[in-house]
Amino acid sequence: MTKETRTELEAKAREIRALTIDAIGYLGVGHIGGSMSVVDVLALLYYRHMRVDPAEPRRRDRDQLVLSKGHAGPALYATLASKGYFPEEWLHTLNVGGTNLPSHCDRNRTPGVDMTTGSLGQGISAACGIALGNRLNGISSNVYCIIGDGESDEGQVWEAAMFAAQYRLDKLVAFTDYNRMQIDGPTAEIMNLESLKAKWEAFGWFTQEVDGHDMEAMDGAVERAKANPGRPSMIILDTIKAKGFSLAEGQVGSHSMSFSYEDAKMAIADLKG
Amino acid sequence: MEKKEMRAVYAETLIDLARENPDIVVLDADLMKANGTAAFAKAFPDRAVDCGVAEANMVGVASGLSAAGKIPFASTFACFASRRAYDQFFLSANYARLNVKLVGTDPGVTAKYNGGTHMPFEDLALMRVIPGLTIVEPSDPTSLAGFVRLAAAHRGCVYMRMPRTAANVLYGAAETFAFGKAKVLREGGDAAIVALGSVMVNEALAAAEALAAEGTHAAVIDALSLKPLDLDTLLRYARSTGRVVTCENAQIAGGLGGAVAEAILEAGVAAKFARIGIRDEFGEVGTVEYLIERYGITAAHIAAAVRSLT
Ligand SMILES: Cc1ncc(C[n+]2csc(CCOP(=O)(O)OP(=O)(O)O)c2C)c(N)n1
Ligand SMILES: [Mg+2]
Repeated sequence: MTKETRTELEAKAREIRALTIDAIGYLGVGHIGGSMSVVDVLALLYYRHMRVDPAEPRRRDRDQLVLSKGHAGPALYATLASKGYFPEEWLHTLNVGGTNLPSHCDRNRTPGVDMTTGSLGQGISAACGIALGNRLNGISSNVYCIIGDGESDEGQVWEAAMFAAQYRLDKLVAFTDYNRMQIDGPTAEIMNLESLKAKWEAFGWFTQEVDGHDMEAMDGAVERAKANPGRPSMIILDTIKAKGFSLAEGQVGSHSMSFSYEDAKMAIADLKG
Repeated sequence: MEKKEMRAVYAETLIDLARENPDIVVLDADLMKANGTAAFAKAFPDRAVDCGVAEANMVGVASGLSAAGKIPFASTFACFASRRAYDQFFLSANYARLNVKLVGTDPGVTAKYNGGTHMPFEDLALMRVIPGLTIVEPSDPTSLAGFVRLAAAHRGCVYMRMPRTAANVLYGAAETFAFGKAKVLREGGDAAIVALGSVMVNEALAAAEALAAEGTHAAVIDALSLKPLDLDTLLRYARSTGRVVTCENAQIAGGLGGAVAEAILEAGVAAKFARIGIRDEFGEVGTVEYLIERYGITAAHIAAAVRSLT
């Protein structure tokens, strides 16, 4: 990755972070923590890796993303708005009655959202199905999926893990947003996932661990994942919950929190430094 | 009107019970903060079990705890308590004749901003068809505390719906409750409005007030216990008023409306009948005020339904 590309991607991520804070702050409450921790990977995927066309969001041969941790919808909406899937003004309708931007991802409401999610554990199974369906349809597109570390408590995640390996879904590249926090506390105290890397390897996945806020490191991991035949890929992202949200970065309480629009503006100013 | 936070009352009642009875244990699935059970965990750390985001496992574990002689109260959002852990609750808990108390929070429109994925309109219908299961939806903090105590003393599974946030206090501290018993909150001879849960009972009371101003006196019956249903009270009011409107924050199919219709018809009571509830639709995001309007379950809709039964 050139220095220039890296700077560009980092700027995109900052823009998406600002839009995410603005959207949640305008409403006054929302899942800021888990939204902010996935912004960098969303920016990397949508601005460097995914072959998509905002003018034709349902193209059969597009690359797809299933945001299995569906409560991070606001970060995806900010990304899609910045890509031009819909006007940025929509972001101020987050969770307002009748909106196209509900707190959890809804494929029928939001242009660019590939799968409906929100009940944790279900998205990764759907991502397996999309990858398998593409193969049956002779389409070689990539399917990306992002799961949470708390989400990984769900047994369904591990059913999907076995399935993807059995069916050699090598177009599936999944990420774990390993921010080490779920709602009730640190994952180490609530439901310990360790050793997460060894678990995914044992389930037959090509598994890598990278800094989830380092564009270059993530980019290398995605390239290696795409080049790895015969196996699904898991990229474990070492992340910080609420990354870039100065009011609650790294705090368990950031999962879903209330803050005023004034606070949001302050946080956006901090972001731009 | 005085209000109290439902989840706080839930936790306080469990803490009181746990002091009296060493077998009380509390489970949750990464929603201890959200459901108020964190307060129980503070008081009884060894008897609070956070299962992480794994509802099916939680209900299975609760069943095993019951087999070991414990009295487990397991809570999670009602959408997951019903849909996600249904087979475990059906089989490991109910079919195995064990003693699991399952509490589903954020029923119906009270899931608000969590939206359609989290908005359980179907849990009542799903639960009603489990043989022998007791199903209650307390309408206020006092009845919540009462039914938590009854559930602890009852040998058998219970499903309870509970909004998490503040609700109007409708009953005095001395009021007593029972499974299979409704409460008449307001007398009236012209119609009977039968409502389930705090959202609908409060809307029903407002509807009765509006109707009274027009000279129509509707009784308001707080159903409280969906299963068993209080047939005595319901049939008595169906006979005496000849006009029945059911109100639920759930699908009208298979829930309160269905249960009351079946009871009235089977008893051969000739009453005009209407149902207020969700009509074969999914949930969506919004405030409670927006959603009750969106789904047509406000006091105005209830009053209009009563008027339509002429
Ligand atoms: C099946 C299911 N159970 C419970 C919830 C409620 N819930 C939403 S987010 C969350 C915690 C998830 O933790 P994690 O996956 O680590 O999210 P992140 O830290 O990335 O925000 C829970 C329990 C849900 N959405 N789905
Ligand atoms: Mg997490």
